[in-house]
Amino acid sequence: MKKGVTNWPVTILLILGCVTIFFPLYMTVIIAFKQPSEMTNSVAGALAFPSHWSLSNFAEAIRVTDFWHSLGNSVFITCATIVLTLLLHSMTGYAIGRSMARKKKYKLLYFYIVSGMFVPFAILMMPLVKQTAQMGLDNMIGVIILYLVFYMPINVMLYTGYLKNIPMAMEEAAEMDGATTWKTYWTIIFPMMKPMHATVAILTALGTWNDVMTPLVIMSGDQNTLPMAQLNFQSQFGTNYNLAFASYLLALIPILIFYLVCQKQILNGIASGAVKG
Amino acid sequence: MKTKRSMTHKDKTLLFMVLPAVILFALFNTIPLLRGAFYSLTNYRGYGTYDFVGLRNYIDLFTDIRVRNSYLFTFKYAVAGTILVNGLSLLLAMALNSKIKAKSFLRGAYFLPNILGGLIVGYIFSFIFTYILPAAGEALNIGWLQNSILADERFAWIGVLIVGVWQAVAMSTIIYISGLQTIPADIYEAGMIDGAGVWQTFKKLTLPMLMPFVSINLILSTKNMLMVFDQIMSLTKGGPAQSTESISYLIYRNGMDGGQFGFQSANAVLFFVIIVIFSVVQMKITGKKEEQL
Repeated sequence: MKKGVTNWPVTILLILGCVTIFFPLYMTVIIAFKQPSEMTNSVAGALAFPSHWSLSNFAEAIRVTDFWHSLGNSVFITCATIVLTLLLHSMTGYAIGRSMARKKKYKLLYFYIVSGMFVPFAILMMPLVKQTAQMGLDNMIGVIILYLVFYMPINVMLYTGYLKNIPMAMEEAAEMDGATTWKTYWTIIFPMMKPMHATVAILTALGTWNDVMTPLVIMSGDQNTLPMAQLNFQSQFGTNYNLAFASYLLALIPILIFYLVCQKQILNGIASGAVKG
Repeated sequence: MKTKRSMTHKDKTLLFMVLPAVILFALFNTIPLLRGAFYSLTNYRGYGTYDFVGLRNYIDLFTDIRVRNSYLFTFKYAVAGTILVNGLSLLLAMALNSKIKAKSFLRGAYFLPNILGGLIVGYIFSFIFTYILPAAGEALNIGWLQNSILADERFAWIGVLIVGVWQAVAMSTIIYISGLQTIPADIYEAGMIDGAGVWQTFKKLTLPMLMPFVSINLILSTKNMLMVFDQIMSLTKGGPAQSTESISYLIYRNGMDGGQFGFQSANAVLFFVIIVIFSVVQMKITGKKEEQL
């Protein structure tokens, strides 16, 4: 453990271990670019490079799964959820966090909301399907509202935890100058919670983008999210694995790009959430 | 008088700030929870009329073989998964936190499985289990590899487990790495001077310092493993012969489409109670250690 000396055995083991991560992705890419005629019944048939890299599977997959439409729906649901989450959960976390120490009611409120973490979706699922249908929310709006509720416990906990790092003196000074609590919150405290906004946005985004269960049971009609489209068109892929894998790859590309661009922020955001949460 | 009025104004603002969240939470969490508990006392099929049946559903839960098997599968899966995930991610975190080359690339790579959706990952692995591994088994003449494990009643759960662990390790590793970084380096130097070996250092220094993160990870991974759904949906659909039917999947399958709304509501209430007990016990056990954080 001397400083500055590279631990080569560990480095090499870790690089070899990466095979378990990249092999499934390599296979996905290779099969997605191949033609069904090249898929012989051997390992090489599936894993060798295609004889020529063809985009035809992707064109077909986009057509079959109505890709752009599902992508639009997924982007809409995730973005709306994140924006509303940051506004609503941070505000709730602030009001509870600043009142909890003085007022018992807010302390109870905190436990009321945070206890929601133990409620599995399975128990809410069937009543929620009825309820959202009755309220005319069996659509994307309903899914967004449900995400706001499902992520509320963890996010409120993260925000109230983070608030302990922000001294009361900031608000007291502003209020001395005659600013209202409402204005003080949005102009001073909200911007100061930026690192926690990043953590919350990332955790919420990963959860909502990949979620299958909520849109599957709540949304009626023919609207799909990206993961749902894979589920619903599974039968249409049939035994054409090349088409199926092209479709999977298309569904993975947006989040892969997002990860490549924001990898550092994502890892830091999750790490700081773990330390402070 | 003046200060009192400004206080009430502030209180009003704070109340106004929590109100929307509380209304939403009550409407879409508490009320459905209560409605679920209510339906669990009825023979509701999801449509039409229903009667009260008292605790009939709860009594039936304990004699229903399919329900029992789903609990056995889910617990087996959660226990094996939690142990594997925490063991592997602790090892990985220590490796990724040591003096290595290409550190940020390697950390990024090992986190990758976490950002990919469970459903699509399941489909990709399903192909590996059904085609790649049997073909490899044939080429290498390894008998047990030649049949898909997903088609075998005894081993299908291991296939689901491999995929679940592959994804869950990523998140736990990041949490363990951030835990390792809170340990000051001079502690290790002191340990080295005292002549502590690698295992000694890990047992006496690293692990105790890491306890709060172990508890976070245990609670997170147990909870996620107990609620397994996506992987089942894409890998096995609960088969073969219902050997990989998780509790969540059974509630979804039979409660939504199978006309067992009331009965599966009782199942969901039982599942909820079990998750609460699990979490409370885990927090009690590790709670004291967490306070040090």
